[in-house]
Amino acid sequence: MALIHEIDHGTPARIAETLVTLEIDGKQVRVPAGTSIMRAAVSAGVQVPKLCATDSMEAFGSCRLCLVEIEGRSGTPASCTTMAEPGMKVHTQSPKLAKMRRGMMELYISDHPLDCLTCAANGNCELQDMAGVVGLREVRYGFDGENHFKKSEKDESNPYFTFDPAKCIVCSRCVRACEEVQGTFALTIDGRGFGSKVSAGGGLFLDSECVSCGACVQACPTATLIEKTVVEKGQGEHSIITTCAYCGVGCSFKAEMQGSEIVRMVPYKDGKANHGHSCVKGRFAWGYTTHKDRILKPMIRAKITDPWREVSWEEAITYAATEFKRIQAKYGKDSVGGITSSRCTNEETFLVQKMVRAAFGNNNVDTCARVCHSPTGYGLKITLGTSAGTQDFDSVEAADVILVIGANPTDAHPVLASQMKRRLRQGARLIIVDPRRIDLVRSPHVLADYHLPLRPGTNVAMINALAHVVVTEGLVNEAYVKERCDLAAFEQWRKFVAEERNAPEAVEQITGVPAADVRGAARLYATGGNAAIYYGLGVTEHSQGSTMVMGMANLAMATGNIGRRGVGINPLRGQNNVQGSCDMGSFPHEFSGYRHVSDDAVREMFEEAWRVTLQGEPGLRIPNMLDAAVDGTFKGLYIQGEDIVQSDPNSQHVTAGVAAMECVVVQDLFLNETASFAHVFLPGSSFLEKDGTFTNAERRISRVRKAIPPMSGLADWEITMKLSQALGYPMKYGHPSEIMDEIARLTPTFAGVSYEKLEELGSVKWPCNEKAPEGTPIMHVSQFVRGKGRFMITEFVPTDERSTDRFPLILTTGRILSQYNVGSQTRRTANNVWHDEDVLEIHPFDAENRGIQDGGLVSLASREGEITLRARISERMQPGVVYTTFHHAVTGTNVVTTEFSDWATECPEYKVTAVQVRPAKRPSEWQEHHREIRRQTTQILGETSPTKQPRT
Amino acid sequence: MTTEHMVHMANQIALFFASYPREEAVAGVTDHFRKSWERRMRDQIKQYVAQGGGGLHDLVQEAVKRLD
Repeated sequence: MALIHEIDHGTPARIAETLVTLEIDGKQVRVPAGTSIMRAAVSAGVQVPKLCATDSMEAFGSCRLCLVEIEGRSGTPASCTTMAEPGMKVHTQSPKLAKMRRGMMELYISDHPLDCLTCAANGNCELQDMAGVVGLREVRYGFDGENHFKKSEKDESNPYFTFDPAKCIVCSRCVRACEEVQGTFALTIDGRGFGSKVSAGGGLFLDSECVSCGACVQACPTATLIEKTVVEKGQGEHSIITTCAYCGVGCSFKAEMQGSEIVRMVPYKDGKANHGHSCVKGRFAWGYTTHKDRILKPMIRAKITDPWREVSWEEAITYAATEFKRIQAKYGKDSVGGITSSRCTNEETFLVQKMVRAAFGNNNVDTCARVCHSPTGYGLKITLGTSAGTQDFDSVEAADVILVIGANPTDAHPVLASQMKRRLRQGARLIIVDPRRIDLVRSPHVLADYHLPLRPGTNVAMINALAHVVVTEGLVNEAYVKERCDLAAFEQWRKFVAEERNAPEAVEQITGVPAADVRGAARLYATGGNAAIYYGLGVTEHSQGSTMVMGMANLAMATGNIGRRGVGINPLRGQNNVQGSCDMGSFPHEFSGYRHVSDDAVREMFEEAWRVTLQGEPGLRIPNMLDAAVDGTFKGLYIQGEDIVQSDPNSQHVTAGVAAMECVVVQDLFLNETASFAHVFLPGSSFLEKDGTFTNAERRISRVRKAIPPMSGLADWEITMKLSQALGYPMKYGHPSEIMDEIARLTPTFAGVSYEKLEELGSVKWPCNEKAPEGTPIMHVSQFVRGKGRFMITEFVPTDERSTDRFPLILTTGRILSQYNVGSQTRRTANNVWHDEDVLEIHPFDAENRGIQDGGLVSLASREGEITLRARISERMQPGVVYTTFHHAVTGTNVVTTEFSDWATECPEYKVTAVQVRPAKRPSEWQEHHREIRRQTTQILGETSPTKQPRT
Repeated sequence: MTTEHMVHMANQIALFFASYPREEAVAGVTDHFRKSWERRMRDQIKQYVAQGGGGLHDLVQEAVKRLD
């Protein structure tokens, strides 16, 4: 195994119908019109020397190394900025060119330290390579003159990379990467001529607008910007392609290693979800995988107040299985269940639900999608026929109008946000529906045409108002609707939304958004060309989450914006494998491929394959499990990679539920909050330690490849197999590929998926079957999966969570760029530099009214509970609305959230909690209690010091 | 599950389907209970309706009577 090096074509690919034929160094080559000579040369197998060019960004033409000669033309044009033309005869090598290139290299090297042997980039430095390629043998100018390398100081402020101006050749690749690839514009070239230097806003990187995506580091051809892990450890000697385990974008990465130690993670250029880009989490925040808090041995205890006792795998598995069997014998078959993980692989998720259905003998299986995107599955299945987004990410490149609703892509899906911003810089129009002024509303070279800052909880009123404008102003795509939709349902819906009570003017008092803005936004969406909806948990985590998903589908169908590139409905999935965990049959009412358990034909197929009788009615959802536990009828739970005590709403109710159980088995990397209530702890494996697949938000199935052996000895799928065996239902798989083969046999939308195909294609988007052997980038192209698209009536029903004099503010919760979900991974990395505690964002008006100072401690109280945290006064908020995150367990954000949930799926209403905020002096009672509970419930027998004590 | 919570959840379902013609709405609520609610939950609401079903939307009352 060796390091994987992608070919650098020098300039970006062009797509054109016209092909151009030219000759380069005597070789004929055909390339799309608009292709640079440099790229055409690479296609012909010729590498033109270069420094400032790289194919992730447009040509710059500054380094003068890529000069070529073209027959019939005078001069030596730069091959990166000169386009290929028909009949051209290009020469990339000649004595004249060689002399010029050596002369350029002499100038570069005369202002560069000659420390190659001790340089961190040694062996992976383009400057070094080019010096070799051009045959540099001397530097006639010496090194004593004015230079940059003797007086420069390193900027070590960023926790993950260094900036050493001494080694900078001012090629501007970092500046251009920040602009063109990431879209942040944090870097610039300060000064002119000899005084030119790369600058992060004139100060330190850490203090700048830099978001640490790593694009500049990747683009740097020298050691000027380089990963600190490479500085410390050296270059990797082999690499493997795998998929990031953070958000639902599902970026491909090269894990570069020395032996079994990761040196760095580099975004893979051929990754079809990320095209070589990354964010601070995937690129840098992987240190948690070897953090000292990792639990590596199985542990058991009889009571949660006992200290943990480390035991063998056999003892732990036997103990868990014996307990589950005892509970079922005593309380009945339906008294136990399981939770699959959206952080684990498809194969692992499939096994957990299989074990629950086949070994437990019930359908009490659920997944963390319950608390995020379950309304997406429900709403899109009813209206369109399938529980998934309609597009691939690249579709945004053809969008003319981008409508972002209840999502904050720059923080939660940063790599897609970069792609989106690129399209916006090209001129696409932007509408944002969000209570907060998220970064996308106004950022460098991006300005939303409309920001509709609605009141939390009024999404459905807003979508109905937008639809009202479309219907009453003659903006319906009648031909599309007539051809593709259920006309009776459409007419019913048209009549409903046309009612005056849905007009923007009538709805204004509900949403708080001026009617004129709503009308303008609706007109733009309906008439601006290809219009695409992107949405997140700001849509789903409401009491009308499913209704809102249907409302968006209605709007897209009415305007003909589904079924081709550039349009569609795009759910931005929170976790890496939320889509996959749902696909794999993690819901209590559905087998893999979203087929209801009451479907006799489907159930019989699974019964035959699994050789067991299966239940034909739905099982318990997570909140139902907790309710049943409090009621005394649910007593045992197997939880793989999920921390419901921290992530689920109304923590008091969640802890009452798990505390009432007699056997809670937690399988995780760390002693998470739920583990405080567990009796068995099974040490899980990180994404670097196993094989499998993840399915991202665009339905793309990508390989996860084992880079290092499981630190606990077993991968998660092997643990589930052992548990199932001990329960009396043996499963025998030698490799996750065999699990995928079974998934493919039993799931029509996965029928064509195999590891062989994934090796061949890199990744594939389901449905992948006989009809679509290479997958389906865009769904519903000729017709909807359900046949005719179904309009649904979406009456606005206000949430029952109301603000009052006692709780006058509305709290919404969410996430930020540097932390991820419950934070168990990112809190164990240097990402804490950016966010080491959850803070409450509050509008200056609300803060002043309450005497709250920026940075001051405040109490956040709801009808459910009270916590304290620091305030951040921010005009991103609207008056009356406050915001915080749930990344830090010690904050206890979900102590204040309520049990109100989506009517259809019970997805919690995290986005609307009535609260009061006031200055505070000390942690809340809950926080004091939590600290004590953690102290009592996380002790490990034999450990004298709390080395394995979780950081909470 | 507390009765209050159950009634709230069931009424939320009814409020979605209430926009549809009566028969369609009742069928929608019934189907939702069948396909999404676990046996214990269905038993609980059936028992509650049998006891009068105070506070339940009339669509729920009728839908629950159609459950097996």
